[in-house]
Amino acid sequence: MSEVTHIHEHAVGVSHEAHHEGHHHHEHHDSFLSKYVFSQDHKVIAKQFLITGIFWAVIGGFFSVVFRLQIGFPDAKFPWLETLLGEWAKGGQLQPEAYYALVTIHGTVLVFFVLTAGLSGTFSNFLIPLQIGARDMASPFLNMLSYWFFFVAGIVMLSSLFVQTGPFSGGWTAYPPLSALGDASPGSKIGMDMWMISMALFIVSSLLGGLNYIATILNMRTKGMSMTRLPLTIWAFFFTAVLGVLSFPVLLSGVILLIFDRHFGTSFYLSDIFINGQALPNEGGSAILYQHLFWFLGHPEVYIILLPAMGMVSEILSVNSRKPIFGYMAMVGSMFAIAILAFLVWAHHMFVTGLNPFLGAFFVLLTLLIAVPSAIKVFNWLTTLWKGNIRFTPGMLFAIGFVSLFISGGLTGIFLGNSALDIQLHDTYFVIAHFHIVMGVASMFGMLAGIYHWYPKMFGRYLNNSLGYIHFWITMVGAYVIFWPMHYEGLAGMPRRYYKYDIWESFKQFGTLNQIISIAAIIVFLAQFLFIINFFYSIWKGRKVTTKNPWGANTLEWTTPINPGHGNWDGEIPEVHRWAYDYSKDGHEFISQTTPVGDNESKH
Amino acid sequence: MSTTVSLIIVAAILVFIVIFQVAKTSEYISVLKGEDQTRKQNNRINGWLLLGFMIFGFIAVWLCNKALYKTTLLHQGSASVEGVKQDQMMMITIAITFVVFVITQFLLFFFAWKYQETEGRQAFYFAHSTKLEIIWTTIPAITLLILVVFGLRFWFTITSDAPKGALVVEITGKQFGWIMRYPGKDNTFGKTYFRVISDEKSNPLGQIWEDNAELKLKADPANFDDVVTTQTMYVVKGRPVKLIINSRDVIHDVGLNHFRMKMDAVPGIPTTLWFTPQYTTKEMKERTGNPDFVYEISCDQMCGNGHYSMKGIIEVVDQADFTLWMAQQKPNYYAAFPEKDPSAKPAVDTTTKAVAVLKK
Repeated sequence: MSEVTHIHEHAVGVSHEAHHEGHHHHEHHDSFLSKYVFSQDHKVIAKQFLITGIFWAVIGGFFSVVFRLQIGFPDAKFPWLETLLGEWAKGGQLQPEAYYALVTIHGTVLVFFVLTAGLSGTFSNFLIPLQIGARDMASPFLNMLSYWFFFVAGIVMLSSLFVQTGPFSGGWTAYPPLSALGDASPGSKIGMDMWMISMALFIVSSLLGGLNYIATILNMRTKGMSMTRLPLTIWAFFFTAVLGVLSFPVLLSGVILLIFDRHFGTSFYLSDIFINGQALPNEGGSAILYQHLFWFLGHPEVYIILLPAMGMVSEILSVNSRKPIFGYMAMVGSMFAIAILAFLVWAHHMFVTGLNPFLGAFFVLLTLLIAVPSAIKVFNWLTTLWKGNIRFTPGMLFAIGFVSLFISGGLTGIFLGNSALDIQLHDTYFVIAHFHIVMGVASMFGMLAGIYHWYPKMFGRYLNNSLGYIHFWITMVGAYVIFWPMHYEGLAGMPRRYYKYDIWESFKQFGTLNQIISIAAIIVFLAQFLFIINFFYSIWKGRKVTTKNPWGANTLEWTTPINPGHGNWDGEIPEVHRWAYDYSKDGHEFISQTTPVGDNESKH
Repeated sequence: MSTTVSLIIVAAILVFIVIFQVAKTSEYISVLKGEDQTRKQNNRINGWLLLGFMIFGFIAVWLCNKALYKTTLLHQGSASVEGVKQDQMMMITIAITFVVFVITQFLLFFFAWKYQETEGRQAFYFAHSTKLEIIWTTIPAITLLILVVFGLRFWFTITSDAPKGALVVEITGKQFGWIMRYPGKDNTFGKTYFRVISDEKSNPLGQIWEDNAELKLKADPANFDDVVTTQTMYVVKGRPVKLIINSRDVIHDVGLNHFRMKMDAVPGIPTTLWFTPQYTTKEMKERTGNPDFVYEISCDQMCGNGHYSMKGIIEVVDQADFTLWMAQQKPNYYAAFPEKDPSAKPAVDTTTKAVAVLKK
């Protein structure tokens, strides 16, 4: 096996060498367009994903500020909102259709555009070739297409905000019949068509990217880089890509059936519907079928978001603790277990749909089973910190924050995965608190940790540290202030996706709390601009990186020149002799993967 | 834009500029002072901040619980017999997860603080330990198994068939309200078909009470005594009630927080749930000390722009009050066909009122 791989790698290496040579000769011909816009360099594509992701994060975050204003201050008038949103905020009062549109687009954009494309798109692209020792992706051209499909998906989504009947407003899960019938909601008219087109384009982008990541990791590792020597980041990106490739097509099929129901008179999801004063012709469909198809993607999607963050956090914790990651094989094994289980738990989103209780029981068991690999990961991270010599770079702080949030949000999953408790907590603010902490904010922390940690490699300059620390502490405190009290609202049964609560005797006691949460959300949103300013300012004005390996890390990306060109290494691709985690071994602070194993080196 | 907003924006920008300038200056200073020294200083500060965050975090968690626990349903207690056990399970799960939460968060921040970089110390090369890994695989696995077993036993109880003698009520969601139907004296619901739904003809559920050649329908006499109401459902204290849940248009959800129950209303696929109310609405007003207390049905599945206002009421009353109330109800059939009403005067009864509400 290893011999075959070796030969194959060698062949690839040669062809890339040649490509690299050719590239050198033509460097002065590179136009702005081919270098920065239609670039096929994985590093540039990664930056494109990142910057587009940041753009969408600002949009999605701003939407949450606007709808949080409504939840926190339902009676207040904000004339500036009318200036900004027009009809959507008549007399300074956000309208229900606008509220639901904002909630829906916030969810869609954050889940898909920011935490899928912005996170895995950025770092899979950036780190896979650099950390496995490849000159570029298996197919740089498909890689470029992957970005541009994502870009167009974004354009379509953005355009849907400006159509007369408004963007889709039925929640990011887009359950039919609400999403299938224009009569059910104005957002389900042309806005929904655009939402689906955008999703379809996004799925294409995600598949092109995912296939490329898998092909690259399996085939293009440098000499000596066996699978078990891969940094955990790469393992995480690998499982993420596999999940995406296997689950996104199912969402596409669900969307296609929905398009048929909407426009071609089929009844996949529709039956027995009387709306707008008349009975529809559809009979025999099942609205629940869509939910099965959706969550067959939807649940793996959670791990598509979370795994890259886990991988990067493992790497960053290890580097900055100056210690090997504890239990490397257990970490890989638990990620594998999570990836498998991710496909077997989707119906835990559907305990209250009338699902057969006996079937539900299996989903309870499998869902709570996921807690085991998750627990292993947490304990391994804690042990990685134990007896370390920890440096608190901003990246490290965000990694520690990730672990804290992952614990807090993960534990509430034990409530929701247990159907007997879910029947009470389902669709309340408890759920909002749970998935925002464990998936939303935690993955965002993983992403920010990654940006702070690899920024020197991306741009050859440092981010400003002080701004990084301020950014971290405001975000960390703010995240808990926003989401912790929501558990209590959930335990009071307060439903999510409500425009206001004044008519509800059971839920109206949270007026002040909702205000506090909204104010905290606004502050945290504003604090993100400290990061964004820092990010763009430092690209041009940041302190320059002067050494190849500023963090003293073992992985291959730090053996490239400070500003690597297309092709990454100037000379030959380095050979790998050891795993990525020899920190503080035998009196050496770190031993790069390229260092051959010494004769009397101790074994780990 | 109003002046206050402009002022807030200007203030925010100013704050940004100040923070930015301070941050930039600190970078210059760090270069002057020697980067290594600044790094060590930052490390110390952040190490202590992490410890402080943990301590204040735990205090904040405690204060938050003190302030908010009484707003939750756990404090209020379950209004259904079955929910009592569910609350116990909730408390057990909270206790277990809270212990894990405290231990792991403590270790995380404590380790971070304790093992912050100090001169001369070298990190301990510790790559794996099979013993430890086995321990922390088995302990969570066993704990979770216990939770699963308890959870599923309870799950099968509440999802089993309703006890015999349960009061059966049909509840149908529509944008944006609820329609209830009682089977009447014959204890049987008449058949319905969605194509004969007509709010104008007082047939909001599509009860089949006329022959229809075109749709090949035969009138179902069981429909003639079915009682239809809207928004408010009457049930009996101490008597199990089974709900048959339907939807007329999109997916809704019957959310019964006080009874610890919830079930989707899916068009074309009826679902059910059952529970046993243990306090009347009146008793609940006293228990909660809230004179305005009502049992609310909240729609818990996004159903359109009026989702937030889709409210129903459950009145829990004694059997005597229920019998009295039921006696006052007229079958919906007579609302559609007043001429067939045996009580001579076709007065405006609650059902027609209900239909009038629907027409809006």
